Amino acid sequence: MKKRLNTYHAALAPYSFWALLFILVPLVFIAYYAFTDDSFAFTTEHFTRFFTATSNILEDDGTSREVRTYLLIFWRSVKLAVISTAICLVLGYPIAYIIARAPEKTQKTMITLIMIPMWMNFLIRTYAWMTILQDTGIFNNILSALGLGQLHIIGTETAVIIGMVYDYFPYMVLPIYSIMAKMDLRLLEAARDLGCGSLSVLRRVIWPLSIPGVVSGITMVLIPSISTFYISQKLGNGKFFLIGDAIEGQYMANNLHFAAAIAFILMVILLVAMAIVKYVTNRYVYGGERE
Amino acid sequence: MKISSKIYSAIILIFLFAPIVVMLFFSFNDAKSLSVFSGFSLRWYEELMGDRNTLESVKNTLILAASATVISTVMGTAAAMGINKIRSRWYKAAMNTVTDIPMTNPDIITGISLMLMFVFVGRLMGSATSLNFWTMLVAHVTFCLPYVILQVLPKFQQMDKSLPEAAMDLGCTPLKAFFKVELPEILPGIITGAIMAFTLSLDDFVISYFTAGNDFETLPIRIYGMTKKTVTPKMYALATIIFFVTMTLLLISNFVDNEDQRRLRELKKKKHLPSK
Repeated sequence: MKKRLNTYHAALAPYSFWALLFILVPLVFIAYYAFTDDSFAFTTEHFTRFFTATSNILEDDGTSREVRTYLLIFWRSVKLAVISTAICLVLGYPIAYIIARAPEKTQKTMITLIMIPMWMNFLIRTYAWMTILQDTGIFNNILSALGLGQLHIIGTETAVIIGMVYDYFPYMVLPIYSIMAKMDLRLLEAARDLGCGSLSVLRRVIWPLSIPGVVSGITMVLIPSISTFYISQKLGNGKFFLIGDAIEGQYMANNLHFAAAIAFILMVILLVAMAIVKYVTNRYVYGGERE
Repeated sequence: MKISSKIYSAIILIFLFAPIVVMLFFSFNDAKSLSVFSGFSLRWYEELMGDRNTLESVKNTLILAASATVISTVMGTAAAMGINKIRSRWYKAAMNTVTDIPMTNPDIITGISLMLMFVFVGRLMGSATSLNFWTMLVAHVTFCLPYVILQVLPKFQQMDKSLPEAAMDLGCTPLKAFFKVELPEILPGIITGAIMAFTLSLDDFVISYFTAGNDFETLPIRIYGMTKKTVTPKMYALATIIFFVTMTLLLISNFVDNEDQRRLRELKKKKHLPSK
């Protein structure tokens, strides 16, 4: 028996080694670069720069205003990511519910259909939206054909949000759907027998039971949309720098230490955000019963 | 389905498919425009076939994806076997936590962290350019591994534990028992894991972007470069081809998975196998 166990340890060894070297150690390097200067001496200047660097932005009315560059970028990333996640949830929850209640064959087809867009390269998906939303693009052509005039969307925050919602929508639907598909239908019947209307069945039974799916959906949409850097460049015309753009920009300019510092801050914020989400769900959904 | 549900589903699907339809449609456009259709032609597909650099990047992407798939599938399968069997709770928990990291971290963090380490080590070894094919391969294997493990581990857990024991009691070495008894049982998981790794590697842009050197350009990186300038429908032609290739791969993986489920159900009906 001892010998067999050794075989299993040997089978796991390469991966343990790999994970240590290429998953854990690189994360230490982010912290190391973030707290050192070009000659690898300890410094906190990158963090000072992140929190204090200022620049002037031109307002729509022509006046200029001084802002904290990176704090503004960070705030904008969080804002756009939260809005996109909320829209994904509002649009995705009903569709997940509809699919979960459909006949089994329809369920499979619908889930495949929802997933198909993810099979197209992310860059091209986003680029296709750019050509659709352009001032001379298909969307505006349809609007003017209907006599509704033109809408300037490309280069606005709305366009960036549309891109994020589109790119990450399936990540919201799939986890919610898989929870709802497993839900015990007798619970819904029982609630109805006991006098619940459709709305209160939804509020008192379906919603609380689907919370785990909602939480993982929110995580899976929030994380990529807060850290994206292509969507904002293409759909925002490069006018709306996000945290991902800032990291990529510093990488391109070969300021690796500052790029590492921004990445470090992003990592810390995400860890805190995830801890809060976990705490809130445990506290208010499971009533503190689960660890 | 209620009529309101049908309408709502239709609206969502239109939103999801709009860019795909646009792309498919305009890849056959006669003119260069991406918003006005002037006639059917295969012109962009022809031009694509004549584009040396793009074809080269397709070849690079396939080489990289194939290598990353082989390495991550072998290492991931061995790891899943180990994780399933080790007794130390602490080790198990540590492995599960670490395996989660590349899946929950944003790609940009994974990419940046690996890049920083490669650059640092490269500088220690005194080379001017430290990013190349090998750094990219390491990065791809790293982000593919968790997905392989996630597919294979449940198969080990579902397997009847007495099977390999019986084989070994009958004189098999653990290695022989693995190839003769366990491997056929977990094969569907390995295949789905491998296909997943392959498609993830094929499609990855962000992590590749940070870990790629100048001498090895993959397709997503080339597409990124192309979309910095104005794009011709040639790129849509390319996207259409990739789209159908990926779709075929995933349909195969779905099929393998369904067949496996069906086989398991039938087995359970015939003999009374444990339900877990």
